[in-house]
Amino acid sequence: MTEESAGGIAKKFLYVNRRAPYGSIYGLESLEVVLIGAAFEQDVSLAFLGDGVFQLTKGQDTKGLEVKNFSPTFRALEDYDVTKLYVEKEALEARGLSAADLVVPVEVVSAQRMAEIMEAQDVILSF
Amino acid sequence: MLHTVNKSPFEHRALETCLKFARQGAAVLLIEDGVYAAARDTAVAEQVQEALKTVSIYALKPDVEARGMQNRVMDGVRLVDYGGFVDLVVEHNAVQSWL
Amino acid sequence: MPIEVSGKTIETDEEGYLADRADWNEDVAKEMARLDSCDLSENHWEVINFLREYYDEYQIAPAVRVLTKAIGKKLGADKGNSKYLYELFPYGPAKQACKYAGLPKPTGCV
Repeated sequence: MTEESAGGIAKKFLYVNRRAPYGSIYGLESLEVVLIGAAFEQDVSLAFLGDGVFQLTKGQDTKGLEVKNFSPTFRALEDYDVTKLYVEKEALEARGLSAADLVVPVEVVSAQRMAEIMEAQDVILSF
Repeated sequence: MLHTVNKSPFEHRALETCLKFARQGAAVLLIEDGVYAAARDTAVAEQVQEALKTVSIYALKPDVEARGMQNRVMDGVRLVDYGGFVDLVVEHNAVQSWL
Repeated sequence: MPIEVSGKTIETDEEGYLADRADWNEDVAKEMARLDSCDLSENHWEVINFLREYYDEYQIAPAVRVLTKAIGKKLGADKGNSKYLYELFPYGPAKQACKYAGLPKPTGCV
């Protein structure tokens, strides 16, 4: 599960996002942790389950709420070499969404495949 | 009676419980993550459409826009701004918050 | 710690970052640089403007590694390296340039 890299041992980190973006602080905090963690050059993946898929939807406009719209930041993840984003297929479908409704390219996976991805990690952080 | 629901219908049962107790002519205002219930073509859309036959359903516009849902709100659900929220509170004899 | 720019008092935090991003203009950047005894050249402005555009697009101030790579992509390899950026911004390219650009301290910087 681990491999040697130039800077030491790179572990496989999975950040699991289960909450909608603005009803709580979890989504924003998770993204902050991902960005901070990315500096350590680990093997990072993000998973979006349940209401977590709402974090990625296009067209978010938070001016009326006067809070930060953090959905554009997902598009910067590529600069941080974070490119593995997995989205639960059933969650998207139950919410009337498809991959085309999301701000970044993702891999849409079944719950079974998602379970396999989780199984392959060294560290899982859930938000 | 004005009912407010602030939880996502996909993760909580607040809306379902609210609709069970909302009587004919009542108003239901969806706020915060509750606004996700106003979207078309979801797993809960049918339940909301059924409720629209007997109650008025509103969704708070700033919460709808923050979540990028402005183009996915189902017919029959009316959008209100903060002023409209206040009007609804004033118009009804009591407010029940389904937290 | 407030700073004075063209007769106006502008709030900053204890490290000198703007309290309100909307207060930014070029004179604010120049005054912040002056307080650090730094004279802003074309090359400084290139990085400052790049950071402002990056923030508008992604809503974050990039980490230094990301900044270096992105500058290289946009302005060429002779500018997309730590040596060049540290010569311009000796207090740390991300930290110091973000301050002059009116942005928050980059995420992950302590």
